[in-house]
Amino acid sequence: MEPILELCGLTKVYPGGLKALDDVDLTIRKGEIFALLGPNGAGKTTLIGAVCGLVRPSGGTICAFGLDMAQDWRKARARIGLVPQELSTDMFEPVIRAVSYSRGLFGLAPDPARIEEILRSLSLWEKRDERIMALSGGMKRRVLIAKALAHEPDLLFLDEPTAGVDVELRKGMWAIIDEMRARGVTIILTTHYIEEAEEMADRVGIIRNGKIIAVDEKDALMAKLGRTEAHITLAEPLAALPEAIATYPVELEQGGTSLRYRGGDGTGKGKAEVAELTKALTRAGIDYTGIETRESSLEDIFVSLLGEDA
Amino acid sequence: MLGWRSTWSIYKRELMRFMRTAFQSVLAPVLTTSLYFIVFGAAIGGRMPDLGGVNYGAFIIPGLLMLTLLGETTSNSSFGIYMPRFTGTIYELLSAPVGVGETLIGFVGAAMTKSLILAAIILVTARLFVDYSIAHPLLAVIYIMLVAAAFSLFGFILGIWADNFEKLGIIPMLFLTPLTFLGGTFYSIDMLPKPWDTIALANPIVYLVSGLRWTFYGTADVDIRVSFAITLTFLAACVAVIAYIFKTGWRLRA
Ligand SMILES: Nc1ncnc2c1ncn2[C@@H]1O[C@H](COP(=O)(O)OP(=O)(O)OP(=O)(O)O)[C@@H](O)[C@H]1O
Ligand SMILES: [Mg+2]
Repeated sequence: MEPILELCGLTKVYPGGLKALDDVDLTIRKGEIFALLGPNGAGKTTLIGAVCGLVRPSGGTICAFGLDMAQDWRKARARIGLVPQELSTDMFEPVIRAVSYSRGLFGLAPDPARIEEILRSLSLWEKRDERIMALSGGMKRRVLIAKALAHEPDLLFLDEPTAGVDVELRKGMWAIIDEMRARGVTIILTTHYIEEAEEMADRVGIIRNGKIIAVDEKDALMAKLGRTEAHITLAEPLAALPEAIATYPVELEQGGTSLRYRGGDGTGKGKAEVAELTKALTRAGIDYTGIETRESSLEDIFVSLLGEDA
Repeated sequence: MLGWRSTWSIYKRELMRFMRTAFQSVLAPVLTTSLYFIVFGAAIGGRMPDLGGVNYGAFIIPGLLMLTLLGETTSNSSFGIYMPRFTGTIYELLSAPVGVGETLIGFVGAAMTKSLILAAIILVTARLFVDYSIAHPLLAVIYIMLVAAAFSLFGFILGIWADNFEKLGIIPMLFLTPLTFLGGTFYSIDMLPKPWDTIALANPIVYLVSGLRWTFYGTADVDIRVSFAITLTFLAACVAVIAYIFKTGWRLRA
């Protein structure tokens, strides 16, 4: 796949001496949705800021659309959109004027039809003449998205687009993001809702203390690090693991009244193995009264990755 | 290559911001000008001799104009850049494909437009109190625009330098207002006793007031060419400082 953004050795040391980005290498592919995950203060916003011109990198290079941002920033920035983490916009301005301004600022000719389309797609058309301060928090965030879309960017950064947004609206936001992807926009988003990344992202990057500690296809990451966990409640407690199931990754728990299985790889292999395990139990004449299985989510993987060498 | 569309967008938006507070923007200068005329023009002016052949009421018009212009332009543009920094909305300008050229032409152009509107309001108000005519109207317009450009850049620097509201207000209060008052708004420099008439020449505002007065009445304390030269030098210095600020990203980019 063609890269749309390439970060090479990107480093940012803030004036206080804090290293917010530490030699980051990252390639974003054209047309994908990339989720950047990481705990508070990991450096997500700093990374986005460095690409968008809000943060001066201390080292490394940024290439967007094959252009070196240090040289051709004008051309590159014209094609990049940013929805910031903080809700910051001129609160006295009416919605439609704010969005039209953004389009002009990025050097495009006015296009009322396009602005209308954007506002409608974000359910803001009815609110177009309201001052932004008169909107709810979720609407304000959509105004920021509309402003970022007004110049029809090819690469869009969404810094926590769904923070403080209710469940229904969040689903709506996902639909909007899907729509943008369908139009060919490459999207880089950060979020603290891991399920959101699981739902939408093609690839996931995990950042901690300014370092990217994992980047992979979401499915590959889940396959590699995913697990199936099963708890089998036994009819009668066992003192030791029977020979018949010793080859499985199982352990006795809760004083021998329950068996815990932990294995598989996130592709469903675990589930099949649990089915085999139950058959083996039956063959060995061990009775059980309940089975509970759970596939690990991206969140579990995220937590375990962050937990490593913490 | 300069993005003229970006420039135009910035210009339009700045004017819009001005219009949003149109009522204050018009009322404040009308009120202050009227007050000055009532106090200095009518009450005191009646007992003053003509200065350089100009009636005292008419004499103070260019100075009053300069007084309001400097204050309004500086505070307007310093707030214009400080507020976006303070509220975070500056992210958009910083992430846009615009450089120092587009930004300055947009902001400064708007400041010049506003200053002309303001000047017109003040002149019309003054007309209600005294009779006067302008000797070099075109030069007056050019001079007003130059001063507006210079001080909107100055305000711009102030708005970038300030990291709190106090600092934003302190420069105009500590320097601009006193220097303008001492800058010959209400008197001619040669009315000052020695050595103050010479010391006064160290005050840059003297040259601005004097320059504008020359475009009005054809006579002034200092040579009009000196006034122009000083205004242009100040303008150039501000442009240089701002170009440097943008280049290094000082106080703008983290
Ligand atoms: N302007 C700044 N000056 C100094 N330090 C900063 C600045 N901005 C961010 N930092 C520091 O850099 C680190 C990374 O911050 P950043 O905002 O990039 O984190 P983040 O991953 O976006 O966190 P969050 O999930 O909370 O938004 C933090 O330790 C933060 O305190
Ligand atoms: Mg952040």
